[in-house]
Amino acid sequence: MRLINLKPGPALTAFLTLLPFLAVFIAYAIGSEIRLAENPSDKLLPAPGKIWDTMVSLTTQGDRRTGRILFWHDTWASLKRLGLGIVISSLFGLVIGLMIGLLPLVRSALAQFVAILSMIPPLALLPILFIVFGLGELSKVVLIVVGTLPFMIRDLSQRTLEIPEELLVKAQTLGASSWVIAIRVALPQVMPRLIQAVRLSLGPAWLFLIAAEAIASDLGLGYRIFLVRRYLAMDVILTYVLWITLLAFVIDWSLRWASRRFFPWAKEGL
Amino acid sequence: MSFVTVEDVFQSYDDRPILERVNVEVDEGEFAAIVGASGCGKSTFLRLLLAQERPSRGRVRIADAPPAKEPGLDRGIVFQKYSVFPHMTVRDNIVAGESLRLGWGRFFGQKSKAARVRADETLARTGLDHVAHHYPATLSGGMQQRLAIGQALAAKPRVLLLDEPFGALDPGTRLSMHDFLQELRAETGMTVFMVTHDLEEAFKLGDRVLVFDKPRWDPHDPSRYGATITYDFDARDGGIPFQKLQEDTHVLQASR
Repeated sequence: MRLINLKPGPALTAFLTLLPFLAVFIAYAIGSEIRLAENPSDKLLPAPGKIWDTMVSLTTQGDRRTGRILFWHDTWASLKRLGLGIVISSLFGLVIGLMIGLLPLVRSALAQFVAILSMIPPLALLPILFIVFGLGELSKVVLIVVGTLPFMIRDLSQRTLEIPEELLVKAQTLGASSWVIAIRVALPQVMPRLIQAVRLSLGPAWLFLIAAEAIASDLGLGYRIFLVRRYLAMDVILTYVLWITLLAFVIDWSLRWASRRFFPWAKEGL
Repeated sequence: MSFVTVEDVFQSYDDRPILERVNVEVDEGEFAAIVGASGCGKSTFLRLLLAQERPSRGRVRIADAPPAKEPGLDRGIVFQKYSVFPHMTVRDNIVAGESLRLGWGRFFGQKSKAARVRADETLARTGLDHVAHHYPATLSGGMQQRLAIGQALAAKPRVLLLDEPFGALDPGTRLSMHDFLQELRAETGMTVFMVTHDLEEAFKLGDRVLVFDKPRWDPHDPSRYGATITYDFDARDGGIPFQKLQEDTHVLQASR
C-alpha cells in the first residue's frame, strides 16, 4: 500500500498527536538529568520537578513585600494591553478594510499608502512611541496597534475585494445603498475573515507586547521574564513561557470556536 | 408603445468592439430569450440592460425613464451562481429582497414579523418552505436558483434579467425549473430577458428569440467587428406562429 493512503485510526491519531510533546519533554528531562548529574546547582536546565514547584509557588504565594501574587498581576496587565491593542486594531482594520474594498475612491487614496506603511518595521518605531506616548500603558498598546493594523487592513480589504461582484450587483438590484451593502452584505461576509486575521495577528501582537514590556514596564509577563533573566532563573522563565503559550493557544482556540459558532455558513478555516 | 427600448447601442472595451448597432424593442410582459455563440456579447448586452455598464454609444431605456446609471430596483437579476447571499438563511434571503432598500437594510419589530410571513408564502410557492432556516450552501443547485428567482421577485422589479440561470443544472432539474418559471410568469406577467446556451430552452420559454452574431467578419482580424442581433424569431407556439387557424372551426371535435 502506498504511504499516501495509510490513514491512522483514532487511537494511533491520539498517540501521534501526543508523540512530539512527549518527545520534547523526554529530551528536556534527559538533558536536565545529565547537566544536574554533573553539577547539582546548574541553573540552565532545571529539573521538571523543580519547575513544577516553582509553578505552584508562583501562582499561589504573594510577593514578600506587597503580598500580591505577581504571576496573576503580570498576566492581567499583559492581557489588558494585548486585548486593548487587538480590539483597537481589529476595529480600525475592519472599518478601513471595508472602505478600501468597497469604495474605489478610498482604494485609490489609501491602498498604496497602507501597503507602504506595512513595510515599516514596528519595533524600529518603538523609541519614537516611547518618546511621544511616554513609558506608560499607551505606548505599549500603540505598538501592538501599529504592528498589527496594516496587516489587518490589507487582509480585510483583500477579502472585501474577493466578495463576488454578482452579490454586490444583486444587492444593488434589491435597492441597497452603499451603506446597506457595507453593513448587510460585506460586513457579515468579512467577519469570519476578521477572526481569521486576528488569529494570525496574535503571534506578532505577543511579540510586540513582550518587546515593549521588556524595555520599559513594571508589571507584565514579558517584563517578568526579562527581569528574572538577570538571576538566570530558568524555572521562572520556563513557567512564564509555558503560561504564555497556553494563553495564546486558548485565545486561538476560542476564536476558532467563535468563528464556527457564529458563522456556520462560512467555509471551515485553518 | 414598447416597454424596453434599446436604441443604436454600441459597446467596446479598449477599442475592441463587442456590440454594434443593437436596436430592439420589447413590450411589457414579453419574454425575450437571447442566444448566440460564446463571446458574442450576450452577457454584455444583459449587463447593459442591467445598467451594470453603460454603452459607449446609444441608450437603453425602460418604461421611458432616462437611461439608468447604475443597477436599481427596477431591474432584477439572477446569475448562474453567486446569486443569493451565503450568510443569510433561505428565509432571510427572501426578506432581504424587500428589506435591503431600507435605511438599515432590515425590518424591525412588527414589520419584520409581517415580512417573515410574506417570505414564508413565497417559500411555500417556490417549494422551499422545508429548508427556510437552512443556509444556501446546503441547498442543491436547482433550489439555490429557485431561491435566487424568488428573492429577485420579492423586490418586484419591472424587468427580470436571467443570465444562464439554469446553465449549471442537470436536465431533470432544468425541466422542473422551466415549469416553475412559466408558472411564475403566468402569475406576474413580468417582462423577462434570459441569456441561454440552450436553443430548445430559448424556444420553449421565450416569446421571442434574439440571436446575437457578428454580421461582418474579417478573417485577418476576428475581433475587428462587434456582434449585433441578427435574427429576431417569434417563438410563440413553438416557433410556428402563423400556422394557427385564424377562425374557430364550428365542427364538433370528438376529442375535446
